[in-house]
Amino acid sequence: MTDKKLKVVIRDLYKIFGPDPESVLDHARNGMSKTDLLEQHGHVLGLRDINVDMADGEITVIMGLSGSGKSTLIRHLNRLIDPTGGEILVDGTDVLAFSEEKLRELRQLTMSMVFQKFALLPHRSIVQNAGMAPRVRGESDAEADAEAQKWLDRVGLGGYENHYPHQLSGGMQQRVGIARALTSNSPIMLMDEAFSALDPLIRTDMQDLLLELQKDLHKTIIFITHDLDEALKLADHLVILKDGAIVQQGEPQHILLNPNDPYIEDFVSDINRARVLKVRSIMAPLGSANRDNTFGEVDGDSTLEGVIAQSGGDTTHNYLVVKDGEPIGVLDMKDLVRALVPRTASEQGIRGQASAA
Amino acid sequence: MAYYDWFFDGLGLRTWCDGAEKTGSMSMAELMAKAKGTSVETPWWDVPFPSLDNLHKACGSIARSVDMTSGVEEAFLYIKGGLKAVLDPITEPLSWLLDGSLALFVGMPWWLLIPILLAGTYYASRNVGVTIFVAISFLFLAFIDHYSYSIETLSIIFVCTVLCILLGVPIGIAMSKNDTLQRMTIPVLDMLQTLPAFVYLIPLIFLFSVTESKLYGIAIIMYAIVPVIRLTDLGIRLVDKDVIEAADAFGMTNRQKLFGVEIPLAMPNIMAGVNQTIMMALATVVIASLVSAPGLGTLVLRGIRNLELGVGLVSGFGIVLLAVILDRVSKASLARINTTQRG
Repeated sequence: MTDKKLKVVIRDLYKIFGPDPESVLDHARNGMSKTDLLEQHGHVLGLRDINVDMADGEITVIMGLSGSGKSTLIRHLNRLIDPTGGEILVDGTDVLAFSEEKLRELRQLTMSMVFQKFALLPHRSIVQNAGMAPRVRGESDAEADAEAQKWLDRVGLGGYENHYPHQLSGGMQQRVGIARALTSNSPIMLMDEAFSALDPLIRTDMQDLLLELQKDLHKTIIFITHDLDEALKLADHLVILKDGAIVQQGEPQHILLNPNDPYIEDFVSDINRARVLKVRSIMAPLGSANRDNTFGEVDGDSTLEGVIAQSGGDTTHNYLVVKDGEPIGVLDMKDLVRALVPRTASEQGIRGQASAA
Repeated sequence: MAYYDWFFDGLGLRTWCDGAEKTGSMSMAELMAKAKGTSVETPWWDVPFPSLDNLHKACGSIARSVDMTSGVEEAFLYIKGGLKAVLDPITEPLSWLLDGSLALFVGMPWWLLIPILLAGTYYASRNVGVTIFVAISFLFLAFIDHYSYSIETLSIIFVCTVLCILLGVPIGIAMSKNDTLQRMTIPVLDMLQTLPAFVYLIPLIFLFSVTESKLYGIAIIMYAIVPVIRLTDLGIRLVDKDVIEAADAFGMTNRQKLFGVEIPLAMPNIMAGVNQTIMMALATVVIASLVSAPGLGTLVLRGIRNLELGVGLVSGFGIVLLAVILDRVSKASLARINTTQRG
């Protein structure tokens, strides 16, 4: 983590909604709770003390339930919403100091965005929609269309360029949304619940598409979701938000195995661990384990489900774990089974409270 | 003598009251009372409301309502000079436009103008049915010798509607961007819409000469501009917030946003406003014939004045036909915009 170049850094970010947010910023800084702030001062705490480092070329997923402030947070990055306190650094420059002009430049060149409700222009054709960013920058129609066409082909929409948004299904419209963001050729892509409005099969398709694109493009992607499965599938770095504050952040596999909060345990108890956990997260390191009688090789990034399928359900073997052809550890099938033992939902979590009430 | 004598006597204002000489003409009621010379005790259920006239009976220093209305008139006449000096030059181009357009429309031979109108109809609506309907209507109006009247009416509506759009759309856009402006403008629009057209005409007659065409031009524009302003404001406020956010997120300037996103997406509402504006212009152009607006309205007026029933009815039917034409054509072009934009 430390050796990677940081693309976007958020420091001590606060957002308070109300008639005079500045006046209550100090109360929020001193740790006054969201309910107290609302009752005593009539202000709503949107975000509290957010610190996130987003590395270049990684997918940072911000996850939380509705009302946790995740959509507010992502809108701070391109300043569709201005913060009450804190700083946001993009490539080391504080975007809060930007003038109107510089801010527009940032939005045109550095950051593009994909929206939950697609937000395409209904009166423009698909290729015109996809070419929105170059047109806004003032490039010629021919250039914009050529660039847009390239990315439309890339997201699998070749042949639809002269259709209009209402003629396309939701999944296809969101492909246009992604093509529009890619056409801007910006290094940073903000995705606000980009796949939440799609049905599950299409959603899986779109996640695969995004991962495949990311393999070649290495953009810095900030992805918002309320779906843990989606978060775990996409995230290089996972940030979990609750009531406007960060509960836990880190490598997703690590969070899955070591949830530090009842709120997260609630989430974690619900998911299919075999499909999400990866071999490298539960293997034994090379030195300590017995690697003589390994049964075969498995890839470090394959899921436990994949290994179970490979073993045919036999739990008596050991496997050598490799990455790029190099052995990196040993997986004992018994450890695998142990890792699959489900965690029960915490008593102190949301569901514990709900059932007690 | 008068009921409220006790009030002024009680306050010790009698000398002040009687000090004022009675000026101005006497009302009929006053004359009658004077002639009868009677002073009857007023029964309690007949207690008069303490209005200007009733108080005046008891105290000569209090103005009568006649004096009040003539005061308003004097005030208006007092500012008239200044108002006219400002408004006359500003509104002068309106006269030129109206007269020029009338001369152009009426001067053009019928075999040229009708095909031009039909081509315009087809271009705006892209609808063969509507175009055929317009063709039949014009041929019918021409056949019953109402062609030149209809063309005059059409010319006035054309000029006034274009001016309403040119003025109203920018005002509507400004209102949609500025809540304070919207709050201030809405009462004015309400007033313009509820005041009967006759009420505009009275001060306008005083300001300008009755023979000037801008007189009815202003009356029509004031009445007909309201819907296009309202619906432009509404249309721009109703543009999908998500799309506006996307436009912001891709760094559009306000200008790009207005012309590339907001106006195109508000277009169906703006066109609905234009349709209403055309209809209201047609409604007012008939009334405006009272102040020398030419067209079908003059025939209606002749029907009323001379009790020529047939003239009135036929010209009334001509107006209805014109209204249907204008409505169908503007609705058809609205529908065309809708299909190309939203499907």
